[in-house]
Amino acid sequence: MNRYRALFLLGLLASTPYVFAQVETSPEGGELLAPPSNFIAEDTPLDNGNSISLSWNLSPEDIIGKTDIEGYIIERSTEKETGYQKIAELPAGTTSYTDTEIENKKNYYYKVYSIGKGGIHSEPIYAGPVIASTQWFNPERTNMLVASILLSLFVLYFIFRARKGEKLYIRPIAGLEAVQEAIGRATEMGKPVLYIPGIMDMDDIQTIAGITILGKVARMVAEYDAEILVPCCRSLVMTIARETVKEAYLDAGRPDAFKTDNIRYLTDDQFGYVAAVDGIMLREKPAANFYLGTFYAESLILAETGHSVGAIQIAGTAMPSQLPFFVAACDYTLIGEELFAASAYLSGEPLMLGSLIGQDMGKVIILAFIIVGSVLETFGVDVSSLFLTK
Amino acid sequence: MKQRLPLLITLIVGLTLIVQFFSPGLSFIQERFTNWFLVVIVFAFLLGFLSLVKVNITKIKRRSEDWGYSIPLLIALFTMAIIGIGWGIGEGTIFNWLFMNLMVPMSATMFSLLAFFVASAAYRAFRARNLEAAMLLIAATIVMLGRVPISSAGFLSYLKLDAIANWIMTYPNTVGQRAIMIGAALGVVATSLRIILGIERAYMGEE
Repeated sequence: MNRYRALFLLGLLASTPYVFAQVETSPEGGELLAPPSNFIAEDTPLDNGNSISLSWNLSPEDIIGKTDIEGYIIERSTEKETGYQKIAELPAGTTSYTDTEIENKKNYYYKVYSIGKGGIHSEPIYAGPVIASTQWFNPERTNMLVASILLSLFVLYFIFRARKGEKLYIRPIAGLEAVQEAIGRATEMGKPVLYIPGIMDMDDIQTIAGITILGKVARMVAEYDAEILVPCCRSLVMTIARETVKEAYLDAGRPDAFKTDNIRYLTDDQFGYVAAVDGIMLREKPAANFYLGTFYAESLILAETGHSVGAIQIAGTAMPSQLPFFVAACDYTLIGEELFAASAYLSGEPLMLGSLIGQDMGKVIILAFIIVGSVLETFGVDVSSLFLTK
Repeated sequence: MKQRLPLLITLIVGLTLIVQFFSPGLSFIQERFTNWFLVVIVFAFLLGFLSLVKVNITKIKRRSEDWGYSIPLLIALFTMAIIGIGWGIGEGTIFNWLFMNLMVPMSATMFSLLAFFVASAAYRAFRARNLEAAMLLIAATIVMLGRVPISSAGFLSYLKLDAIANWIMTYPNTVGQRAIMIGAALGVVATSLRIILGIERAYMGEE
């Protein structure tokens, strides 16, 4: 019986040598780890070139909390078989990497393998060849390009019609009709006009709109021989506001009345700025306050302080969250697009007014698009949503 | 020339930045312009600093109204500048300690005033003077009550104020906000075109 058992065991051992040989070893003699899988190397989409994106699935042994894998090594070469050099060592759990140290229009090969404690690692897996290239057009922005071109054509068309001398009707905007009244009141009372061009810098379109309106307001102030105060939250805004007001005083033929220090920088700090402007309001008691630009939480603090000193207040912003505060605390509020229309409206120039009509036509088109799109979507036709999302 | 050169620069820069928005291959242009903008800001900041110092020194000299406040302002300005430049602004520095223990609480104090101003503005806005104001009052009351625990207590729970408040915020409020945003976006395009084409020149004088 013992002899048969010994022969059986011997036969078993002889027939299954791979049971022992299956545990492969690394060059250092350790056991091999399981490699990652599905290694993909592709040109990074929608970029300016010199970039290849790599992605892979985690090694089956890369499990959070109980992994022997310490990370992944990525190597790159311009030859398929040789010349690989390490370009990155990434921690366990990583599934992607972007190689930006490469040249366009050149073949690259990559390999990735997992590494563990004691120098053991997996077999590498390969990807390539892949070539990086520059994308010159972003197809994801096609809808925006079409909409921008259409809208620009409308604006240009109505500017062209205005240039030909056609009389264009613009609906009255109460807040802008009141600008003259507010400045007139300040003149009669012998008190200054306070103008706040928002709290953001010149890279914000609302600040630019605020500065263009400042030019018109400052010109009226100069013509009425009143005084304007422009405390600024950004030093660059102060610099440009100074030039704008100075030019307005020159245009009005009152360069002598321009006071540089009336356009002053206070602080970049949001609430420090509010404190300083509130102080100016309480000391100077302005008769008219203009808040035109980008505002955040300070909007109501400013407007309520202005209300408490009895000033006529005209506000305008495209920040939807701050509009209710201005509507509640100010006499007139320019809502969203009215802020951008204000400069053109106040100038009364046909070319500027033409652009406003173009803007309104754009609104008509969008409204029609919304109505048609809603009807189509209701009946299960998703053409419009596909256009907007793709 | 004084007028034409800035207009030409505006036209070229404006068109270039529009083109690069649609072309990933030209995205480096925006990065470069952003860097230039930062350089300009640094120089403008110096002008702002000088303006602040000049205005407040003049105020002290002339003993203008409340001139005394200018003294702590200038002391704070120079103290922070000297400490920041001399000993750094990172974690654990005197600058950081002063900022965290003086500047932050003072900012928080100003921010906290908002609560009182919301109450006073709401009191004026919510008076039912006409139909629109009455609708505003009703909507605001529902939203305010619907957002606090009392709306689900006692008999108020039968009114489903929280559900009505959510409906008001999700539908009428979102519709209004999106309408404003669409209008503003159109305004941005029109304003940008006016500036790029040199039709809008108020920022550099009319004539």
